Amino acid sequence: MPPTTRTVRIGSAHGLHARPAKMFAQAAKDSGIPVTIAKDSGKPVNAASILGVIALGIEQGDYVTLSADGDSAEATLDQLSELLSTDHDAA
Amino acid sequence: MTELRGVGIGLGIAQGAVARMAEPLPAPGDEPSSRSTDEETTRVRDAVAGVARELEQRGAQAGGAAQDVLEAQAMMAEDPSLEEEIDARIGAGKTAEFAVHDAFASFRDTLTAMGGYLGERAADLDDVAQRVIARLRGLPAPGVPDPGHPFVLVAKDLAPADTALLDLDKVLALVTTEGGPTSHTAILAREKSIVAVVGAVSATGLVDGEVVIVDAAAGVVTTQPTADELQRAQRRAADRAAASTAPITPGALADGTPVPLLANLGNPAGAADAVALGAEGVGLFRTEFLFLSSSSAPTIEQQRVSYEALLSAFPGKKVVVRVLDAGADKPLPFLNDAHEENPALGLRGLRALRASEDILREQLTALAEADAATRAGPDGGAELWVMAPMVATVEESDYFTAIAREYGIRTAGVMVEVPSSALLADRILEGADFASIGTNDLTQYTLAADRLLGSVASFQDPWHPAVLRLIREVGNAGRIHAKPVGICGEAAADPLLAIVLVGLGATSLSMAPTALADVRASLLQYSLDDARVIAEAALAANDAASAREAARAAAASITETGAAHAAAKSSS
Repeated sequence: MPPTTRTVRIGSAHGLHARPAKMFAQAAKDSGIPVTIAKDSGKPVNAASILGVIALGIEQGDYVTLSADGDSAEATLDQLSELLSTDHDAA
Repeated sequence: MTELRGVGIGLGIAQGAVARMAEPLPAPGDEPSSRSTDEETTRVRDAVAGVARELEQRGAQAGGAAQDVLEAQAMMAEDPSLEEEIDARIGAGKTAEFAVHDAFASFRDTLTAMGGYLGERAADLDDVAQRVIARLRGLPAPGVPDPGHPFVLVAKDLAPADTALLDLDKVLALVTTEGGPTSHTAILAREKSIVAVVGAVSATGLVDGEVVIVDAAAGVVTTQPTADELQRAQRRAADRAAASTAPITPGALADGTPVPLLANLGNPAGAADAVALGAEGVGLFRTEFLFLSSSSAPTIEQQRVSYEALLSAFPGKKVVVRVLDAGADKPLPFLNDAHEENPALGLRGLRALRASEDILREQLTALAEADAATRAGPDGGAELWVMAPMVATVEESDYFTAIAREYGIRTAGVMVEVPSSALLADRILEGADFASIGTNDLTQYTLAADRLLGSVASFQDPWHPAVLRLIREVGNAGRIHAKPVGICGEAAADPLLAIVLVGLGATSLSMAPTALADVRASLLQYSLDDARVIAEAALAANDAASAREAARAAAASITETGAAHAAAKSSS
């Protein structure tokens, strides 16, 4: 079965660092399945790695591609996409 | 009793037991491990998990924004990519300590190389690495101590990462052995109204658990205090607590001369607190926050929304907005990405805006639109003043006021931060509507000492008579042209220096809102003539320390005479 992928536009005003990066990596970790995230056509990194995610230097409006394998891949990617497209910095 | 001298921040006094901040650990050497790979791996897993749980626990206690930072750090400790790097090093026969040190360092370098916000996260990562290594060595974690009771924190100096972890409810007072009045510790102390004495060199001898009195008003730490001294300190602390609940009145001297007390703000979100603490307007609104997190300039629309939020929080009051102050020290890729050897002397402030004039024009457009929109609103808007940072020449001042007027800005002025503009303030104020003195930069440029460089931190003292003389030049120029001269540096938050500044001709003072109560109380003790006498005493000194001492002596003799008069009056 080919891996499930999803391309998402980043919603958070401050991009994917700090709190949004933490929330995302935590959610990826909690999903229990290996998920990768890549910026544009860059090299995919482990989505559960907060350092890997931060080091991608993702800003608001950037496009990222998520990828996962397995039965729960669809549901997991739905949840993570939702997280990424929301603006968590809007207060 | 013994007295240790330093520079006091504010007027507070506190007493309590010392807790020292542990010094950073030396980096582990690259020695071959005497343990098996499995043993080293187990040690790392235990240490990392221990640190992560501790950080999470501290986060749960702290709550709010600190909790996010601490939980992110806990995740960094257990990061899977980092774990791979550590395991690879242990597999190559390194010790757990070195593997942790080296693997963290490689991630740190990646983040530092990316600069900006990510560069700052490098400090968080360093803190995690130090904690893991300390745990591996069985040593207390470096950083803020947690003795389980309120304490007087004694440190070399506090880094921003330390203060994020600081439980301010537990800190009775801060004492540092290094750092001056503009150090991070001093800024934190002012912001949070914590009693602090900084740069107390002899405080290196203080030991955990000993009771001291920290007297910020006198700039003194008293060791082995007598029962009598402790009692007097307690009484002063109680009196001061009572004064902080004194009614909020507009800033004025004892003779009724008004000295408006304004707030320094870096974000419209701070407006409500500033108003609650009695700010009569905003003396410095920094607009950098709108720009720092973006790789391109914010749109006019985005800016207008923020400015409207700010202006509508201060109906009928003065709000001084500083246009973008960026340079190689706070680099913005769309403004200036050239490497400079001396960023403080480079293309920064108005110079940088002039080189990218469209950014300045957009900012002025957004300000004018926000002004018009809030004026049309139900509260009638604020009194908007706009000023340019880092103005060095009369020509630059004229350039800025002309371009600001093009957009209908009614009151356009300049910041005086460079000695050249202080010396020519009389010419600058012919055209500009007001001057606002940025004492931090004025001090760094007058003493030719980089304010970000620890080795020359002792030069960064706005009490230096050379700085005071330059401020007097600006004060005199303001008087000649009948134009306002504000102060918007850290100096205005020093209750005694505030008197000196008014004596030198400052007509308003702007500061961190938490400093307002102390400065308000201080102004009420002296007349304008008194302020001039105190300023003269400071000007006559040879250096910053003696200027501060001379001003204190002059102020004390005035308050004592006043008290004697009052006593004589009441007994007659």
